[in-house]
Amino acid sequence: MSFFLEVLIGGLLAGVMYTMVALGFVIIYKASGVFNFAQGAMVLFAALTFVSLVERGLSFPWALAGTLGVMLLLAVAIERVVLRPLVNAPPLALFLATLGLASVLEGLAQSVWGTQVHGLDLYVSDVPLGGLGVQVSRFDLFAAATAGLLVLGLAILFRTTRAGVSLRAVADDPLAAIAVGIDLPRLWTIAWGVAGVVALVAGLLWGARVGVQFSLSLVVLKALPVLIIGGFSSIGGAIAGGLIVGATEKLAEVYVGSYVGGGTESWSPYVLALGFLLVRPAGLFGERIVERV
Amino acid sequence: MSTDVSAWSQSEDVKMTRKTALSIAATVLVAALALALPRLVTDYVLSAILVPFLALALAAIGQNLVTGYAGQLSVGSAAFMSVGAFAAYDLHLHVPSIPLLVSFAFGGFIAAVTGALFGLPSLRIRGFYLVASTLAAQFFIEWLFTKVGWFSGNSASGVIMAPPLVVAGLDFSSPGGHYWLSLLVVVPLAILGRNLVQGRVGRAWMAVRDMEIAAAIVGVPTRRAKLLAFAIGSFYCGVAGALWAFAYLGTVEPHGFDLDRSFQILFIAILGGLGSVVGPFLGAAFVVLFPIALDNVAGGALGSVVDPGLLENVEKIIFGSLVILFLVKQPAGLARLAAIAWTRLCRVALRE
Repeated sequence: MSFFLEVLIGGLLAGVMYTMVALGFVIIYKASGVFNFAQGAMVLFAALTFVSLVERGLSFPWALAGTLGVMLLLAVAIERVVLRPLVNAPPLALFLATLGLASVLEGLAQSVWGTQVHGLDLYVSDVPLGGLGVQVSRFDLFAAATAGLLVLGLAILFRTTRAGVSLRAVADDPLAAIAVGIDLPRLWTIAWGVAGVVALVAGLLWGARVGVQFSLSLVVLKALPVLIIGGFSSIGGAIAGGLIVGATEKLAEVYVGSYVGGGTESWSPYVLALGFLLVRPAGLFGERIVERV
Repeated sequence: MSTDVSAWSQSEDVKMTRKTALSIAATVLVAALALALPRLVTDYVLSAILVPFLALALAAIGQNLVTGYAGQLSVGSAAFMSVGAFAAYDLHLHVPSIPLLVSFAFGGFIAAVTGALFGLPSLRIRGFYLVASTLAAQFFIEWLFTKVGWFSGNSASGVIMAPPLVVAGLDFSSPGGHYWLSLLVVVPLAILGRNLVQGRVGRAWMAVRDMEIAAAIVGVPTRRAKLLAFAIGSFYCGVAGALWAFAYLGTVEPHGFDLDRSFQILFIAILGGLGSVVGPFLGAAFVVLFPIALDNVAGGALGSVVDPGLLENVEKIIFGSLVILFLVKQPAGLARLAAIAWTRLCRVALRE
């Protein structure tokens, strides 16, 4: 039983990481209706920039500030170069453009900062904490707490600031938002900037765990089932979806994977997501925006 | 072509005939070039550039049928390629007397069934959500071929040698032979694909892509059209996968058909032009030739020491930028640019 609990908690904590990536998606999707495949590349880009700045002798806060600046500049550039010219393009074209963007960001990050694996130390040791007969990693708890703070921060941002309220207005009804004078392109920049910050936090936590390397970019592939399960437009959904995906993929790998040779983690979230699509296409918390035939 | 009937005159008629003659001449020229190539280029060019070019172009035609014509997003083309490669290999393994081209067709058929299966969710959902289904195919199929030994004939390494390429008693195992075999498979399928998209099936696909509800109202069987797109598109991918494994690599292994390959094929389809059968050839030529050109330019300009990792990343930047650039400036891709160039050429040639 305690083994089951350990696997479950380990899975839930891995799910926190998926949630962090999915959050960036949700913010962009709500503001601009774009399904941003480049979110994973943004995680890689942010983490690699941060680590490289630290390795070049910058102190932690300065490196953080520098990376934040880079991510915000990136958001401005993306709005100008990708989003604005494709304003009336079909959603498919926008999605394909983010595929191109992912390729550009991955190439850019790795040709500027190199392809080797970087270690990242966040000064939180990865030691197991005991209690009630279950061992939990301290780092994972720290990551979960950070994610919680991030969500809280986002919630406050969306509720209280002018930009946040405008973002919610756009998500609710883009035409009405334009009609009352909300500057849509500026808001897109803000949304992509916020998503960039979320990517930075996710990249730091994930990078400290597995090393800052190309595979960071591939977490985007885990975020997709998370979004389908949770719903594309709900932050609560991203959290629930992330936890569900994390828990089921670990449990499935431990209890089912051993019979079929292992490695089920690559596809089990997708099978789960397909099941959800057939039963509840809008996800757990999503609005019914999925076009059903 | 002029659509204004009243403007139709004798001189127009003559112009049209000339234009037709010109396009026939161009077709003959391309065909002659394709036939003469094995004598003109080295074995390296044949087996390392032209064969993968043809296989990728065929796969991109399959991608284009699904995404460009029927408007269904798929990012699992490489998985369907691997299904084709493994099915062709397994048929050959268990029934060695089967002719090679029949096992290619069998590979395509099994890929078609698989594609239709993973296309089933398209009956209920649209848009991005479909990415989940094709990504599920991508990961699950790759895992299946890696983990289940039966598919690779229980070989210990998981990497298996493709059988010798013999069709109707003729030996195709030289580099030139690989090229001829690829040409023999790809050209008829490309022509078939072109006829398909111009006919009833293709029109149904485009109707579904452009406005599904309207298509359903005017009596297009939308569900059948979508499943058919997945099936036929995957058939093309499956045959392309068999070619890739048998004629290009000479081995059958799951890892060559990973997600990166799927994206490569999607990029070929976008750069070449979504909704075009010529486009995939142009896109594939670009994708195959560009890295070689970049390598040569970098090698020439910066001396011989260029980090291949850096070059690969520069390549990623350029490909990604081109995808964005084409989506913004020329969504119809290289095929449209070629068509514009062709029209200008005709105008100059006919002195209009």
